[in-house]
Amino acid sequence: MWNITKNTLSCIPKNVRSIKFRYGPTKNLKTTSTDFVQNNSTTEPLHPGLKEMKWVNELNYFKEQKYDILPIYRVLNHSGEIIQETENPNLPKNTLVKMYQKMVLLANMDIILFESQRQGRISFYMTNTGEEGVQIGCVAALNFDDLVFAQYRETGILMYRGYTVQNCLDQCTGNIDDKCTKGRQMPVHYGSKELNYVVVSSPLATQIPQAVGAAYTFKIQKLDKISCVFCGDGSASEGDFHAGLNFAATLNAPVIFVCRNNGYAISTKVNEQYAGDGIAARAPGYGIHVIRVDGNDIFAVYNVIKYAREYALKHNKPVFIEAMTYRVGHHSTSDDSLAYRDANEIEQWSEKGIVGGPIKRLRKYLEKKNFWDDETEKKYQTECRKNILSALTKAENKLKPNWREMFGDVYHKMPEHLREQMKEMENHLKKYEKYYPVDQHAK
Amino acid sequence: MRTLRGNQLLNQKVFENLTLVFKNYKNVRFSSHFTYVPDEKSPVSGETAKMNMFQAINNSLDYTLKTDQNALLFGEDVGFGGVFRCSLDLQKKYGKGRVFNTPLCEQGIVGFGIGVATAGATAIAEIQFADYIFPAFDQIVNEAAKFRYRSASQFHCGSLTIRAPCMAVGHGALYHSQSPEAYFAHTPGLKIVIPRGPIAAKGLLNACIKDQDPCIFFEPKALYRAAVENVPVENYELSLGKAEILVEGTDITLLGWGTQVHVLREVGILAKEKLNVSCEVIDLQTILPWDKKTIVESVKKTHRIIIAHEAPLTGGFGAEIAATIQNECFLHLEAPVQRVTGFDTPFPHIYEPFYLPNKWRCLEAIENAINY
Repeated sequence: MWNITKNTLSCIPKNVRSIKFRYGPTKNLKTTSTDFVQNNSTTEPLHPGLKEMKWVNELNYFKEQKYDILPIYRVLNHSGEIIQETENPNLPKNTLVKMYQKMVLLANMDIILFESQRQGRISFYMTNTGEEGVQIGCVAALNFDDLVFAQYRETGILMYRGYTVQNCLDQCTGNIDDKCTKGRQMPVHYGSKELNYVVVSSPLATQIPQAVGAAYTFKIQKLDKISCVFCGDGSASEGDFHAGLNFAATLNAPVIFVCRNNGYAISTKVNEQYAGDGIAARAPGYGIHVIRVDGNDIFAVYNVIKYAREYALKHNKPVFIEAMTYRVGHHSTSDDSLAYRDANEIEQWSEKGIVGGPIKRLRKYLEKKNFWDDETEKKYQTECRKNILSALTKAENKLKPNWREMFGDVYHKMPEHLREQMKEMENHLKKYEKYYPVDQHAK
Repeated sequence: MRTLRGNQLLNQKVFENLTLVFKNYKNVRFSSHFTYVPDEKSPVSGETAKMNMFQAINNSLDYTLKTDQNALLFGEDVGFGGVFRCSLDLQKKYGKGRVFNTPLCEQGIVGFGIGVATAGATAIAEIQFADYIFPAFDQIVNEAAKFRYRSASQFHCGSLTIRAPCMAVGHGALYHSQSPEAYFAHTPGLKIVIPRGPIAAKGLLNACIKDQDPCIFFEPKALYRAAVENVPVENYELSLGKAEILVEGTDITLLGWGTQVHVLREVGILAKEKLNVSCEVIDLQTILPWDKKTIVESVKKTHRIIIAHEAPLTGGFGAEIAATIQNECFLHLEAPVQRVTGFDTPFPHIYEPFYLPNKWRCLEAIENAINY
């Protein structure tokens, strides 16, 4: 695991070389703020606002460009070869095949649902293209009980845990089998209590401090689980990101933060999003253990999450992971990304491109191991498409829930005023039913 | 003054001189716009103890932490007892793991609380002043209120209660005086509760904590010390969504909540003395969902209503009630619904006596309604 060590200090004036950098909570820190110690000596600073400090007598700003850039941890090279055998997670064949299959399934579902939105069959969609590796590498390293707080581009996690294509399509079409949102939320706002994946909401970054609260509760209740929260490079600019990291660090919550840095927040490039060294470099400022990882390298993601999980549970501390990747698809079906970026740039990151996506890289590895071949690939791809298309047709043919579901679950028990409003709508429909799509809804 | 005397820093003579100086001093703070009337009726039989409102709240929190091992209490400065002493001694009793300070960040406090509640534990979050709840507006309105609905009840944060001191305090100016209940009343999924004194505070806070929907409990800070009642020692809950008729009357209904209830009680007495008008005084208690039935029945009896709140007029919760009364009691009304409220300005410092919907402005509204 990567740590900021001595070489980070190259930028500090010689006379303050003795500063002990405390990036990463690896040491027990003494605080002067809570434990008052009588000290008449003026040789060392006593300010309660700092942990341990030394005076310096020459003016030297700590310049931002002198920090060492956090390197990107990787295990697989672009040809699907293990670079350093000690880092090989040595996952069993069935796990590897499952990881690969879920990525391929997700990629196929993305293609078909993106197109079906274009045909007006669903109202909205967001693909995961290029970021399947972050999702699957992460979920494979988590325990099933660990509570996931997603942003919206993490569908692979749910699928790996057992969410079916039919579940996704029932939610996207908002039909009577949409147990997730009862047709109340936009497509892609999935979630499942059974699969320990909190239902997604559109407001960005709100899930970050929430995940910290849940993790803190697991700690207090001595449950052997953590929470894992996702955000993008864009939502890391929200105030809730700051809130979540600072709360997690000060309250010692066993939570893993995963930031998918895919280069864009809709049309906004990262250079308009932040001026520092990505998102990861912020974590040490909060006193949080951090690593940057190649998000297209499923083994690298797996390894960092595995370590983070153990670390978080053992020390009751948060861990921050910045997964570097690229958003190959448009932001959503409401976006044409060619309006703000070059087609060649997208091409190089696509599965067929020079850099390539996470799927191709794992496939190459699997082929070398003789766990997968062209024939299996062809068969599996066909099977995926068949299943997705049949699920789409099924989802489209199902009725929508009864319109009265619009009034349900606002409160635990329906209050009187809502009952009155529902009654009012009932009476209205008796007269004006023909102007409403009542046939599409269950009676 | 009590502190000074207690510390014996001043002898009696000096103290008397000082009191005299204050009496003659013309710019002395106009800090008490109401006369507190303690509740006599006890909601449960049994032993009672004299408590002010912060002690009653402390009592409720203590009971929750004692009986619910999953309950957590947190916010800015709650560890040492809170800036209004509501969490006094609770950290000592229940440990830093369950009663703790958070960093100074309201959106974090509420987001964190939602997470605690989502994980199934009881979360009691404190926002230091209702004026500072706005950074958490997104977490409250977009997240807490909609959690159950958007996930078809798979997830919810029903065990979250947010407590915050609210309303005027004599000198709180713009950011220590606000009554933001109407902002939240526009949000389906929330419950909003405001008590008028210690007995109500204990019972309603207990109900909020136990309730399976996210609740905001606004505590009128002027009452923390000023309001003293004989509060039942035993635990009890008061129903949410229920208004309480405090004084029965026949000529006009006076409706308010929080500190304003005490203004209205006094107005009721003034109206009887000066105008021979019989007032029915009602404490709404729960702003959302509010007790339409009790209010409508009262207006059908008295044919007139005055709604008084400290918050500004435009978009205030009085508007919601007025519109509903107009709808439900159209044929019974003998005067337009009167609203006596704060003005449509920010809450001012030195002008507070002119800003508040005090007893004289309420009395004038009664005159207008009766003579209409």
